[in-house]
Amino acid sequence: MSDSDFDTIRKLQADRNAASAGKKGSKTFDPSSQRTDASTKASLTENFDTALYGRDGGDKFAGYNTSIAVAEDDDAEMEGVDNTRRLVNTYTASTSQINEFSRGAGVEEEDILLGREKSARIGDRETDYQKRRHDRVLTPTRADAFNQSNGAAEGGTYREIMAQRELEREEQRVKRLIEEKAANGEVVHHQPTLTQEGSGSPSDKENRENSAAESAPTGRKRKQRWDVGSESSTEVAASDSKVKRSRWDQTPAVGGAIVDETPRRRSRWDQAPAATPIGNQGLVTPMHPSQSGGPVMPTAFGTDVSGRNAPLSDEELDMMLPSEGYKILDPPPGYAPIRVFSAKMMQTPVQTASFTMQDPDSGRALGKQLPTEIPGVGDLQFFKTEDMAYFGKLTDGSDENAMSVEELKERKIMRLLLKVKNGTPPMRKTALRQLTDNARQFGAGPLFNQILPLLMEKTLEDQERHLLVKVIDRVLYKLDELVRPYVHKILVVIEPLLIDQDYYARVEGREIISNLSKAAGLAHMISTMRPDIDHVDEYVRNTTARAFAVVASALGIPAMLPFLRAVCRSKKSWMARHTGCKIIQQIPILMGCAVLPHLKGLVDCIGGNLNDEQTKVRTVTSLAIAALAEAANPYGIESFDEILNPLWTGARKQRGKGLAGFLKAVGYIIPLMDEEYANYYTSQIMEILLREFQSPDEEMKKVVLKVVSQCASTEGVTAGYLKEQVLDDFFKSFWVRRMAMDKRNYRQVVETTVDLGQKVGVGEIVERIVNNLKDESESYRKMTVETIEKVIASLGAADISERLEERLIDGILHSFQEQSVEDIIMLNGFGTVVNALGTRCKPYLPQIVSTILWRLNNKSATVRQQAADLISRIAMVMKQCGEDALMGKLGVVLYEYLGEEYPEVLGSILGALRSIVTVVGISQMQPPIKDLLPRLTPILRNRHEKVQENTIDLVGRIADRGPESVNAREWMRICFELLDMLKAHKKGIRRAANNTFGFIAKAIGPQDVLATLLNNLRVQERQSRVCTAVAIGIVAETCAPFTVLPALMNEYRVPELNVQNGVLKSLSFLFEYIGEMAKDYVYAVTPLLEDALIDRDQVHRQTAASVVKHVALGVVGLGCEDAMLHLLNLLYPNLFETSPHVIDRIIEAIDAIRMAVGPGLTMNYVWAGLFHPARKVRQPYWTLHNACYVGAADSMVPYYPNLEDEKMDRPELAIIV
Amino acid sequence: MADKLRAQQQLEALQARYVGTGHPDTTKFEWTSNIQRDSYASYVGHPPLLSYMAVGMGECREKVRAKFIESMIQPVGKPPEVQE
Repeated sequence: MSDSDFDTIRKLQADRNAASAGKKGSKTFDPSSQRTDASTKASLTENFDTALYGRDGGDKFAGYNTSIAVAEDDDAEMEGVDNTRRLVNTYTASTSQINEFSRGAGVEEEDILLGREKSARIGDRETDYQKRRHDRVLTPTRADAFNQSNGAAEGGTYREIMAQRELEREEQRVKRLIEEKAANGEVVHHQPTLTQEGSGSPSDKENRENSAAESAPTGRKRKQRWDVGSESSTEVAASDSKVKRSRWDQTPAVGGAIVDETPRRRSRWDQAPAATPIGNQGLVTPMHPSQSGGPVMPTAFGTDVSGRNAPLSDEELDMMLPSEGYKILDPPPGYAPIRVFSAKMMQTPVQTASFTMQDPDSGRALGKQLPTEIPGVGDLQFFKTEDMAYFGKLTDGSDENAMSVEELKERKIMRLLLKVKNGTPPMRKTALRQLTDNARQFGAGPLFNQILPLLMEKTLEDQERHLLVKVIDRVLYKLDELVRPYVHKILVVIEPLLIDQDYYARVEGREIISNLSKAAGLAHMISTMRPDIDHVDEYVRNTTARAFAVVASALGIPAMLPFLRAVCRSKKSWMARHTGCKIIQQIPILMGCAVLPHLKGLVDCIGGNLNDEQTKVRTVTSLAIAALAEAANPYGIESFDEILNPLWTGARKQRGKGLAGFLKAVGYIIPLMDEEYANYYTSQIMEILLREFQSPDEEMKKVVLKVVSQCASTEGVTAGYLKEQVLDDFFKSFWVRRMAMDKRNYRQVVETTVDLGQKVGVGEIVERIVNNLKDESESYRKMTVETIEKVIASLGAADISERLEERLIDGILHSFQEQSVEDIIMLNGFGTVVNALGTRCKPYLPQIVSTILWRLNNKSATVRQQAADLISRIAMVMKQCGEDALMGKLGVVLYEYLGEEYPEVLGSILGALRSIVTVVGISQMQPPIKDLLPRLTPILRNRHEKVQENTIDLVGRIADRGPESVNAREWMRICFELLDMLKAHKKGIRRAANNTFGFIAKAIGPQDVLATLLNNLRVQERQSRVCTAVAIGIVAETCAPFTVLPALMNEYRVPELNVQNGVLKSLSFLFEYIGEMAKDYVYAVTPLLEDALIDRDQVHRQTAASVVKHVALGVVGLGCEDAMLHLLNLLYPNLFETSPHVIDRIIEAIDAIRMAVGPGLTMNYVWAGLFHPARKVRQPYWTLHNACYVGAADSMVPYYPNLEDEKMDRPELAIIV
Repeated sequence: MADKLRAQQQLEALQARYVGTGHPDTTKFEWTSNIQRDSYASYVGHPPLLSYMAVGMGECREKVRAKFIESMIQPVGKPPEVQE
């Protein structure tokens, strides 16, 4: 590649920089002030400054055409400018905005629909299958067979439940039969059992009501509601009589007209008056304000021609109705027409008021109808409408004094539950404790009768569920065997947790069920869950199987085995066998290798079911075996001996879905075998696998891939065998574009290929897929790159021949350039390949660098970022290949790009520069450091984390290796910028900043740096002060403590709490870092510590104690015992502090002093209080004693006090020879 | 409450590992027993010290060792009667 390329790219960027330099708010570096113009505000003084003094060196008119154009249309032909005439061309979005709209700046708003997925409501993200939990009902309480006192009386017995299940099964069977018949076309039409008589069929509820009320004087048959309506409309004219009304005239009446409105029976249509909220008398909902005050008349009198202004007269009726065959009846006795005439005229409630602004508070007022304050509960965090159904009772304001104990108890529980569910954290905590403590008093029944329905609520949210489950958990502990009658109810609500998507929900569910089984006992659990094992609903069976597996893991597999054996061999129902196998499948998934001791028993349980006549049972059996083998890996092959034969013969016989399960089982068992067997069985199974390579079934494909990868990684299978028998077919069927389309297939294929690669070698694999790098399908290329990356990363590139190497690099360059979406996989692949090839890359480097260069010049930010990232990856190899010159040029280009606007890209560019500096060294760096560093100073101010991290790394490296290349002023400037970094969120950044302080202090001497840091102790933010303290400690460590201590101790005189604390904290870090050097400074700092230890402020003493700790640990065995003892005397009175932080520091400090002066002296302080009459005193003394005992029990022996009066005589110690 | 519980658990864990550690309700009898046992264990555990004591007591080393180990049983006499 020619230098001109570099120059072009560099110049292009330089031009861009120059162009943007003039703009306000651009981030481009301004050499005159060494600052990027980060502020977007107009400078008040700039005008004067530049007008009066000008900018040094800069020509104000640089970049302008200083002469007037001769040809007028010079600027009309600008390229890339839209020349079409626009009406509003003055108002356009900036290019950056437009770009952002077109492809997003990487910070797109989240899809609102995605947000819905993450909604807190559990019901919203449940799958249809999971929603079936709502089909289950809380069964009645079961009898506790083990409780003799009041046993069977209070609930259904096992026998009853079983009979009921039998009934359900029968019902299901009949239903299915009917369905089958219907499907076959033999539909039996339902014959009404009652003949039609009187008015309407018995099923027509509406009319039944009507006919009853009317006593059928008309003799007219009315079967439809429409008739009902028409009849009542004829009754409008008649007044003062009583009618049953149809739903059409139910529009509530208003105002005075209804004062003596006829009492009427409500039909069910009345039940939803909320839809038209009017009429406040006799109605539940309040009336709309606009409707109140007198009867509502049609809005404008006379204009509404559709309405009638007078009742129909008899003449009119005669004209309208046929005269023959009809007769006018007298009104029946007791008939009273309705009086609310206006209701008939008004179709819908009319808004009389004109448009009004919604009061912003009114919405909240609406919400306020739901109380947040429940009597006796306090202010809740929230209260949902659904909660009203459960907790509404609390708001009815009834008199608690008149209630029975049971009712009071119920209310108490309700209140506590509400607090737990909706309360603030402290409320929750106390309520939970009350519930737990009083669980036995409340009793299992009242508790669970309230908790469990809450958990069945459809609108339950994660947090609420978590809390309620927690309540159950706590209560279980307390209730113990009292829960037995409620076990099934609890299982009904908890079992769905076992199939939740959320991992923590599953764990919670397991915990509850395991506690439940411990409380209720195995026998009761089995008798409770047994009826569900052959439940008609698959959902119930599935969840029950999972729950059973949890029970097995809680109570031990051996206890469950007899039951499981019986279930798996059930003759009566295949569903039971299916569930039994499912339980055994779940056990290893839950327990992992803990199944090993019982493997034989478990396999024996299900062994027979491999030949079951039900396909479903066979499949689940094979899956269970697969799970067992997976958990047992690499042990336990002998347990599977029995079933190997049925498994293999089965695998030959099966087809379709059944075969997939068998293959899976085989795939998991083969790795357990020893070499010869594995080899033999692999060759046996391979025939089937090869046949199934062509299977169109997705599930089968997955299983086949898994089995192939497992067989390939087994010891006994040789590379030769794989190459001859497997590879050709494998690549033919799986390395096709279609496989790259589906995410899961993609991953499986990559994994399997990598596993095969482990056996057959890199060359073999890469040779076969390298051509795909030039495929037209992008995802296929990506799949290839990922595979190559993984294979090469694990096996290296030594196996790759020269010809292949050329094709590989060529292909990878091609696919790198062709990516439409910049992908980390491509980057990783490229980086890994180049690094693996090492010096073999030399011939290709110019080409690679040229690619990088042009991509750096790309308009798209992500392309630039990826190019810069690639430089960091391959910098090492470039150095190995001796391409220093090339790197220098790259450095210069990157330097131009420091004005980058996108922080992500800027971070990557800085990272690239850093890796170049690292490999070429400070002195050889191009551009020279003295140019580079001033350019970095303003970037330090960037708030983006990635930028911060990379800059501070780069600056720190320069400060460490070549501080002399920049003058002290510049370093001080950097120091100031670094102070802000101490506030960074990321720990890595703060740590790097602190270390950089050390390097800079070393380079330019500690005085100036220290002054800066000490000033920073005065700032408000705690984190900043802490970090400053650390930095002072580091400076002291790098520049020797005597350069720092005087100034630091002097600062302690500042009568300001923060500063003094900061000083103490710095001292603490300082002594921690300098360790043994402390012995020279102990006596110097003792007076300061004295003062701090007797300060009134707790934090002062606490921090001083941590200084003492570090000093003491530093001077162990260095002869400073006198000072330490002095400090101990000052520390000791603090022993009775109660704040956990303070007391921890104090105890640590005393322990540290024990290290320095030995346990003998320290324990002299302790003996006195061990048996003090006050417990408050004994407590901390024993804590000290225990700490010492754990640390130095043996060395305490000589120092125990003489206790002759306690019969403790140790004459051995008095022996003197 | 939670802190107290945690402290309690920590103490239990500590005492499971170090029998000699105590708590505010340790009796003098327990404490002195532990001191004695620790002392004997220490004598036996430092061979030079054991030899020194054996010389001083005019006994053979192994006998002294056996004696020390034996006297670890109820080193300060019978436990005090529990008063109701």
